[in-house]
Amino acid sequence: MNEISNKWIGKNTVRPDGAEKVTGRAQYSSDTTMPGMIWGHVLRSPHPHAKIISINTKKAEALAGVKSVITSKDIVDFPLDTPVILGIQDMRWMCRNVMARDKVLFHGHPLAAVAATTEAIAEKACDLIEVEYEILPWAIDIEDAIKDDAPILHDHIQFNGKPSNIAGTLEHKKGDIEEGFAKADVIIEKDFKTEAVHQGYLETHSCLVSVAADGRATIWSSSQGQFMVRAMTSFLTGIPQSNIRAIPAEIGGGFGGKTIVYLEPLATVLSQKTGRPVKIVMNREDTMRASGPTSGSKSTIKIGATNDGKIVAAQGIYYLQAGAFPGSPIRGAAGCSLAPYDIPNAHTFGYDVVSNRSKVAAYRAPGAPIGAYGVECVLDEIAEALKMCPLELRKINAAKEGTKAVHGPVFPKMGYIETLDAAINHPHYKAPLGKHQGRGVASGFWFNAGGESSAQLNITEDGNVVVTTGHPDIGGSRASIANITAELLGIHHDRVSVLIGDTATIGYSNLTGGSRVLFASAMVVTESAQIVINQLKQRAAKIWGIDEDAIEWENGEARPAGDNAGKFAPLTLAEIADKATATGGPIGAGYQVNTEGAEGGFATHICDVEVDMDLGIVRVKRYTSIQDVGKAIHPDYVEGQLQGGCAQGIGWALSEEYIYNKDGHLDNTGFLDYRMPVCSDLPMLDTVIIEVPNPKHPQGVRGVGEVPLVPPLAAISNAVYQAIGKRSYSLPMSPPKVLKIIEGN
Amino acid sequence: MSKIQVSTNINNESVEYLCEPHDTMLNVLRNQLDLTGSKESCGSGDCGSCSIILDGELVCSCLMLAAEAEGSKLETIEGMSEGGKLHALQQKFLEKAALQCGICTPGFLMASKALLDHNPTPTETEVRFWLAGNLCRCTGYDKIVKAVLEVADDMKESA
Amino acid sequence: MSETQYLAAKTIDEAVSAHSKANGSARFLAGGTDLLVQIKSGIKKPKLVIDIKKIVELNAIKEVSDNEFMVGASVSGANLNRNNKFTKLWPGVIEAFRLIGSEQIQGRASLGGNLCNGSPAGDSVPALIAAGCIAIIAGPDGKKEIPIENFHKGPGKTVLENGEMLVSLKFPKREINSSDAYLRMTPRTEMDIAVVGCGVNITLENNVCTAARVSLGAVAPTPLLIKDASDIMIGTDLNSDILDKVANLCIKACNPINDKRGTIDYRTKVAGVLLKRSVLIAIDRIKGN
Repeated sequence: MNEISNKWIGKNTVRPDGAEKVTGRAQYSSDTTMPGMIWGHVLRSPHPHAKIISINTKKAEALAGVKSVITSKDIVDFPLDTPVILGIQDMRWMCRNVMARDKVLFHGHPLAAVAATTEAIAEKACDLIEVEYEILPWAIDIEDAIKDDAPILHDHIQFNGKPSNIAGTLEHKKGDIEEGFAKADVIIEKDFKTEAVHQGYLETHSCLVSVAADGRATIWSSSQGQFMVRAMTSFLTGIPQSNIRAIPAEIGGGFGGKTIVYLEPLATVLSQKTGRPVKIVMNREDTMRASGPTSGSKSTIKIGATNDGKIVAAQGIYYLQAGAFPGSPIRGAAGCSLAPYDIPNAHTFGYDVVSNRSKVAAYRAPGAPIGAYGVECVLDEIAEALKMCPLELRKINAAKEGTKAVHGPVFPKMGYIETLDAAINHPHYKAPLGKHQGRGVASGFWFNAGGESSAQLNITEDGNVVVTTGHPDIGGSRASIANITAELLGIHHDRVSVLIGDTATIGYSNLTGGSRVLFASAMVVTESAQIVINQLKQRAAKIWGIDEDAIEWENGEARPAGDNAGKFAPLTLAEIADKATATGGPIGAGYQVNTEGAEGGFATHICDVEVDMDLGIVRVKRYTSIQDVGKAIHPDYVEGQLQGGCAQGIGWALSEEYIYNKDGHLDNTGFLDYRMPVCSDLPMLDTVIIEVPNPKHPQGVRGVGEVPLVPPLAAISNAVYQAIGKRSYSLPMSPPKVLKIIEGN
Repeated sequence: MSKIQVSTNINNESVEYLCEPHDTMLNVLRNQLDLTGSKESCGSGDCGSCSIILDGELVCSCLMLAAEAEGSKLETIEGMSEGGKLHALQQKFLEKAALQCGICTPGFLMASKALLDHNPTPTETEVRFWLAGNLCRCTGYDKIVKAVLEVADDMKESA
Repeated sequence: MSETQYLAAKTIDEAVSAHSKANGSARFLAGGTDLLVQIKSGIKKPKLVIDIKKIVELNAIKEVSDNEFMVGASVSGANLNRNNKFTKLWPGVIEAFRLIGSEQIQGRASLGGNLCNGSPAGDSVPALIAAGCIAIIAGPDGKKEIPIENFHKGPGKTVLENGEMLVSLKFPKREINSSDAYLRMTPRTEMDIAVVGCGVNITLENNVCTAARVSLGAVAPTPLLIKDASDIMIGTDLNSDILDKVANLCIKACNPINDKRGTIDYRTKVAGVLLKRSVLIAIDRIKGN
């Protein structure tokens, strides 16, 4: 592909699903209805920790309009002694998360569900379910969960030979940190704390499930993976996967939080039992209290450097909240936090801590923002101690092609240093600052994933193209696929339709997440397009009666490869399509593979803040994010990913946090008190796209979506330090906390 | 439990419906009238996804009883384009990638339309404060604000 | 909830009599931006909702005499903001009212509703108290008038008895050389509930303060009129020493709660800061006019 003559790759085309979205016609899962549909509602635990002694559903079942009541006995059990792994989840936890078995483990934990003719009746029926609890002591925060006399959530979980709430650990080692620290001229060691924050997708969880009389289920749901929905529902209900069709509705945000199921298995069983389609919609309060936020954390970071700025040793110890069941993203914290740097001696260790709060779910580079927060803040202190520019310090230690990362792999060609250079030379970095303003920088890394993907590319009878891919589109990936397809086939972008298939109409495709949708789907679409181009050449060969090796495909036409091949006028795609039946039949191809070659992404951010010194209020005045994206297939949507991640980072750093009250209940379950940034809180979010193409991808694509959330926490913390002259070691930097730091208490 | 009969006007069409006294306008729009373009993201007036224009004022339909629509004129997202032709704001949102997942988009379009109806030449700050009642989690608002300012500019030029 | 009835009252008498008959189980509905949220979350469970928006007097903005205004209880923020004369006379009241929620909320929310909701953090209330505003109430026994600073009894509780309805808000005739201002502290720039609110109303003649009222919100079970502030401020040039004294008075008057929106310590500090800033804004407005 010729860079200079790219017609569609790199162009800001209008997305194929756009008209439906701006007219309100796009069907999100709670917009979907079916004839005969009834409503489901979930009964949730009022206690943070309790044994379920008995559940009596008789009164609920007797209420007029109620069609079915289910409890955990209607969900498949996965015994605690046998791990059953599905992707990044373990079905032992999933079955208990969707419906409590013998214990409720967080306020809001589902323990029964009702289907009734109206939502109001279903809700009323839930109130009539009688549950006898034996209330147990509970622990919400990490400190409370790991102290010696902490209430234990799961009897079978042991650490150091005793029952514990530490459910797992993860470690990375490189070199010898003791030796390393011994060489250091300056060592900084600090403790950091963050609170749980929610992905904050505007569309709550919902689904509509219809199980027919023959037992075949059709699921419409808001999810980041219809194949995951099918598999999880199959595991949890016992229905074979081939009898489940999971259709991905348009999705109103996910950011990782919709990579598991909460409602689909319940709605499926209710539909089975009632013989009616069942719709369940979670409200905002239940979404906040019962669907996974990401972990709160406490960590200790220790970094040592010599006077010339070389980092000689680094250590990160992380405790991450898992919520009620094991599975916090310690992998992201321990694996990504030091990745931008070439450090000879390094050690990261993560602890997975369960406690009585909702089970965490993935959130945009899970664990990595937490990991980077402490490291990037300590690097700022090291730079200050060495009287060095913080970007120069990072440059001296920057990972490059050939560096062995702490988490194992050797980096191929990538553009981290380019992001640092771009930051150093950016006008933002030199712009003057006013009173009570400060500027901070930070870098970040995320693994990015490859994974399975399937695509189909079919030529229509009128010579246009329909592409079907397997991943829900949460950021505009359809637009990018249309660009690539148009480029490969040499036709106008408007002639390409891109659709997302469901589990029955497209081959297995892994989750939308891991910054992989475009990476993976572009690969399989490229392969499919290649096969189709070969088919088109074959058809031309047949029509002209020449050898297919003598034909080339260019600008949407088949032409003879040279004068020797014969003098034939080029055949357009439309002309060949018109003759498809006569030349052999339908023209189209599919391709499925477990894609490999996904390489990590790097970014550097610059942030200016202004602080109201009497009230402690921090406002972001200017923000620039710089990221190596490999190749920006659709620059506007790439920018959109950067800007969205920065906005989430600003919220995480300044105003978002889960607040629990003295009863162990989540106190801020709505958007009034769970404070996400509003339009007037933010400035324009500038972006710089760096393109160091991924050598392992046909278009050079690197995953883009997750890296943007990794640097902001530290970039903003470092900026606040410059504004007020004192450092904060915990998030969010809310006004009362900042005022306390200013006043030196 | 007796239902209330309501006669109202939605997107320049006469509409009649029966509703419970406690039904919200959003509920009736979505579940009775098949106007699912307005979305419910919070149910408490904090996110703006359910924004409609009621007798010329921008309001949250989740904070309005369906019974209150009697005799009023409502505009919802479904009425923003006319005869299949997109409103300038809708077109600009598409061209400027001012949406990602799109769930907040109907609310933002209603709010932006109301803004330009009241104030055709807003500054960036005025746009940001007017749209503060509409949450977006995907875009960071940058492209949305730029799209609205550009439409205002386009309208000024063609005036 | 399924027993809730809805009545769109056409006159004050109709509304008052329906409320009276319901004997404590009815709620008046103006903009609904508080009531509907409370009904949804189960905090309030009225058997009857009386919509008052069709009552002519409650929707009216009347200039009773020159510079003397009466604002109906259900007039929305968007509507009041369009009355140029009112916004010039009472910029503090307008800015307080306009801070409530989003533009969507402003399209419905009313001064009357904000007042009757009885939240100690209601943004309009400190501005109304500082303005010397009076509540006109209709009830089974006729009409009565209550100064806003006496309107609240506790969080969520007002002096309104069964069958009584707020009809309008009477503003004093505006003196020349006067202005008001309202400031609040919220973590975000919009969409938050006030952690502290401060309303001030002053009159200056030849740089000397001849009248002053100061009110604080969200720092006590009800919004407060800081009575002694007037005594300290009147007869002075409102220099920084005077403002420090008044700020300290405000700090002493605070009796806030610790909750997820603000701690006692923080609210108390902020009250003093906002007082000084709001007085300076009011002074600027007087001098600028």
